[in-house]
Amino acid sequence: MRDVERVVLILDVNGEARQLLVPSHKTLLEVLREDMQLTGTKHGCELGECGTCTVLIDGKPQLSCLLLPIQLEGRAITTIEGMANGSDLHPLQVAFAELGAAQCGYCTPGILLAARSLLEENPRPTRDEIREALAGNLCRCTGYTKILQAVELAAERLR
Amino acid sequence: MAAELGPRAMFVAGGTDLFPKLKRRQFEVDSLIGLDFLPRAIRNRSDECVIDAGVTLAHASHDPHLNERFSGYAQAAGHVSSPPLRNAGTIGGNLCVDTRCNYYDMTYEWRKAAGFCLKKDGDICLVAPSSPRCWAVSSSDTAPMAIALDGLVTLVGASGERELPVTALYRDDGDRYMAKQPDEVVTCLRLRRSLNTRSAYVKLRRRGSIDFPIAGAAVAVELDGDRVESCRIVLSAVASYPLEAKAAEEFLKGRRLQEDVIREAAEIASKPAKPLDNADLSHFWRKRMVRVVVEQALARVSDQQPGLDG
Repeated sequence: MRDVERVVLILDVNGEARQLLVPSHKTLLEVLREDMQLTGTKHGCELGECGTCTVLIDGKPQLSCLLLPIQLEGRAITTIEGMANGSDLHPLQVAFAELGAAQCGYCTPGILLAARSLLEENPRPTRDEIREALAGNLCRCTGYTKILQAVELAAERLR
Repeated sequence: MAAELGPRAMFVAGGTDLFPKLKRRQFEVDSLIGLDFLPRAIRNRSDECVIDAGVTLAHASHDPHLNERFSGYAQAAGHVSSPPLRNAGTIGGNLCVDTRCNYYDMTYEWRKAAGFCLKKDGDICLVAPSSPRCWAVSSSDTAPMAIALDGLVTLVGASGERELPVTALYRDDGDRYMAKQPDEVVTCLRLRRSLNTRSAYVKLRRRGSIDFPIAGAAVAVELDGDRVESCRIVLSAVASYPLEAKAAEEFLKGRRLQEDVIREAAEIASKPAKPLDNADLSHFWRKRMVRVVVEQALARVSDQQPGLDG
């Protein structure tokens, strides 16, 4: 087996500069979960189909299972751990909890981040625009209706 | 660098097709060469639009100028996969996206158990075992539309720079599907049209998001009054390369885009499409649906009717 090449990286994760020594082939998902203990980002299909590993890169949703950290120095990475402000939950998190918009909860971190990116760009999204923004995030419990309602409720409160 | 490293190195832009394929050992490389340093701008000129290959699909699909003047291209970019993938995937990457097949897009263990295929590690095509070639399917949404809009791509490699029509990028071979040299990189795409050109793209897939196309129609029509002066109809996902429906293009010349003409043109356009049983859903149904997607794309350019994909 060949030696694993390691690289020193400085990543901006949730507004904090973190210095890491990681194998260059590791995906952002693996680095977040295994090297930074940020396990809120979930490990799903690993192939870019399910969306449960969604994080925000410079405010836009991308899939951490298909990103290499060496490409991300200088970019702002936001995970679900960076969504609340101290002990104050983000209005989307509050709305999801109030409306029961999570069943097993595995898709929830990715959906919350994709929804946050949408509301930052478009504070008054229509139901169809919310559907489109969340079209890359699968919920296998199929509880989409409450998710859509919760995003609408949070949008209303954020305005 | 790519010329020095040879076949054990690959370029990576958005990585949305490449990384899953590395994980499933469809691609096996020692080195990846990142293309993040390339420019990523959309430059609008009066009769053409130059899009850097590093522009993301999300950027292209939302660009106001592309939506106004090259609407079919913006639609095609906006129908690739899902929103988070379009934030990473690039227009250059989608032009070069690997061909797909039910026997190839599987895990290493599955492929080993079923027997490897011609495209990777094996020596026969599992879809057509008596055929000497690979029948994997061209699965780009933007390539057919770029061809319909007379697109030109710039390639830069160790031996210099050249520009060629998008159609010349592809070969009728599912395995070696690209005609460019391995060390050449697509650096930009130039779309051209007149003020009278209208374009549309209609995509068929199992779900409204995430999936690759299983049929699609890219149509660009130049009108002289209410008659077709010239047109290009290019089909996605029914052959190993974006398939141009030339007989239907000839048929439409000089005719008005009315319902019966559109129906007949769509029937003619669907003839050369011969999908095999190697993509999602039944290939008989996909063949029948080619007529429908062409009809919808032509209806969309004639009176801006929405298609299957809204």
